[in-house]
Amino acid sequence: MNLQDIIVEAEGGQQMLLNMGPQHPSTHGVIRFLVKADGEVISEAIPVVGYLHRGIEKIAESMPYAGFIPFTDRVDYLAAMFCNHAFVTAVEKLLGLEVPRRAEYLRVIADEMNRIASHLIAVGSMAMDIGAYTPFLHGIREREIINDLTEMLCGGRLTYNYMRIGGVSRDLPDGFLKRLKGFLDRFDPGFINEFNRLIGGNEILVRRCAHVATIGADEAMDMGLAGPNLRASGVSWDLRRDMPYSCYPDLEFDVPVGRGFRGSLGDSYDRFMVRILEMSQSARLLRQAIEKLPDGDIQAKAPRKIKPPAGESYGAVESARGELGFYLVSDGGETPLRLKIRTGSFSAMWAIHRKSAGCMLADLVVLLASADIVAPEIDR
Amino acid sequence: MNGEAIYEQLRDRFPDKVSETRGQGPLKCVYVKPEAIEEVLIALRDQETLGFRHLSFISGIDLKEAIEVAYGLISYSLKVLILLKVTLDHENPTVRTVSHIFSAANWHERETFDLFGVKFEGHPDLRRLLLPEDWKGHPLRKDYKEEPFYHEMPTTREPLLGRS
Amino acid sequence: MWYLLFSPACCAIELMQTGGPRTDLDRFGMVFRATPRQADVMIVGGTVTYKLAERVRLLYRQMSEPKYVIAMGSCANSGGLFQKSYSVLKGIDLVVPVDIYIPGCPPRPEALCEGLLRLRKKIMGEDWGAIAAAREPRLKGQPAGEMAD
Repeated sequence: MNLQDIIVEAEGGQQMLLNMGPQHPSTHGVIRFLVKADGEVISEAIPVVGYLHRGIEKIAESMPYAGFIPFTDRVDYLAAMFCNHAFVTAVEKLLGLEVPRRAEYLRVIADEMNRIASHLIAVGSMAMDIGAYTPFLHGIREREIINDLTEMLCGGRLTYNYMRIGGVSRDLPDGFLKRLKGFLDRFDPGFINEFNRLIGGNEILVRRCAHVATIGADEAMDMGLAGPNLRASGVSWDLRRDMPYSCYPDLEFDVPVGRGFRGSLGDSYDRFMVRILEMSQSARLLRQAIEKLPDGDIQAKAPRKIKPPAGESYGAVESARGELGFYLVSDGGETPLRLKIRTGSFSAMWAIHRKSAGCMLADLVVLLASADIVAPEIDR
Repeated sequence: MNGEAIYEQLRDRFPDKVSETRGQGPLKCVYVKPEAIEEVLIALRDQETLGFRHLSFISGIDLKEAIEVAYGLISYSLKVLILLKVTLDHENPTVRTVSHIFSAANWHERETFDLFGVKFEGHPDLRRLLLPEDWKGHPLRKDYKEEPFYHEMPTTREPLLGRS
Repeated sequence: MWYLLFSPACCAIELMQTGGPRTDLDRFGMVFRATPRQADVMIVGGTVTYKLAERVRLLYRQMSEPKYVIAMGSCANSGGLFQKSYSVLKGIDLVVPVDIYIPGCPPRPEALCEGLLRLRKKIMGEDWGAIAAAREPRLKGQPAGEMAD
């Protein structure tokens, strides 16, 4: 059955069929929902995705490995460093290349800064979808400072192209660490406490988010959720700790898990709070990484033309939205045979489809915002 | 326990249906007979000592003579990723669905159908996910040819040299 | 000038940052509107695929006159770095008439402001009478007199 049949069938029955179209103030990017509603209560919200399908996986089959890194930025533009990192990890595993320690620490610094930036937009736009426009501007204001820092580091504000196969492209400029430390001193705990008092503890936000779209632990695992969505349901799984990569074994951090902060375990408020707690853990990681930063090279000796031997590898990182993995199949040539990108928002979208039954229309908006999806991760 | 030990266990349990470990790169895989994929996945998910409850991805691969479908699974307790593959016919690839075992597979299988044309028997809602409903062809196949127009929009690319 | 809140991809984030506290679009009198009926300018920022192209055309037709279109970023100008792709529209001027093209990937907030100021200059220099009299929007690649349908 195709989409037209679904529409015809729904319109014939007693329920309303609403279209939350690709252009809508609160969908996170171009996603469309066909909502079958009985008054205010939804019986099913069918997502229609693919409005941003750019064929990145097909482009990879005709692009040399080193030249593909800018395309990985666009897979998730809010957390582009993670995409770079996952891709170069997959290629380095195939080549058997070892990355210098200083480059690993620089990668972790870039990653954690990006995680803070991504979560700021996530919690800010969640508040905006509920109706409060100002918290979004709080988030954007802090994000501007991180944009300045990444611009010092690699020249880009949104899409970076920072990592290379074997290391990173540029070393830290003068004054970078001082500025980063200044930002962290202001951010954690000052800004986070202010945010929690103003917005996190706000009665309206709590009432809108608590007990909405509760996802249990078994269900979350079955639906393939990853990242903060999974941890908010009580499952303590974090790739940085459980399948470690880069220099995370040397750094100490906690993994925040939801516990029904104001509502039930695994509801939208838990997903909101887990992101805020993760931001302060990222600040902790950044402080340790700055202290332990070793001297050395920033790039290993990689061949000029990257031709990995035939084989397969899977490079995964814990991105701001979950497990971001690149499954790479090489046949010994200059371009990959197949590159499959596994993203956290893809599974989160399926979870939204399943959990939308029984929600009210306003709750659907909260569910969508708390799952923190971006359209290019779903569509690639 | 690493991947190799788990593949050994699978071979002991399903002697004719799981092949030997293959692959020269860092990630090794085993080939499973297409008709046995459901029982192998159920065994991996339900056995207490294995506990592979996370289906990470389902991906198609177009080798010129066949189409393979790769299943990547992660175990929360053993903290390892394993890869299972099935080999299917190139012209008409068909395999049983696993969406009743892992519900995450629902969308992964729809995407594989959309991009490679692999039909999953028993799937509750197999239709295109990423491309428009009336798109012709399956793009990630190696023998895919683009149409010159889509709904009167030209698909030709202008050459970059020679523009004033 | 009120702009329509519609931007598919990465340029949307730069548009949001431009509306933020540092480079403030509000001081130009620009706020976003969710519905095309109330919007004057549609800033298309991001990659437009074939699946989305018809929606873009529909949104453009739903806007009320006078209306303008800004193509923000290289993907909207010409397909950008996704030219090799099978599902990306190579430039939105194949479906809607564009007034200002802003290059960049994504363009900096300063570049976007420059584009908006140029649009203002263009509007102030327009002879609306002549335009309304000879209203024949030309789309790239189509002969005159044919309204995109």
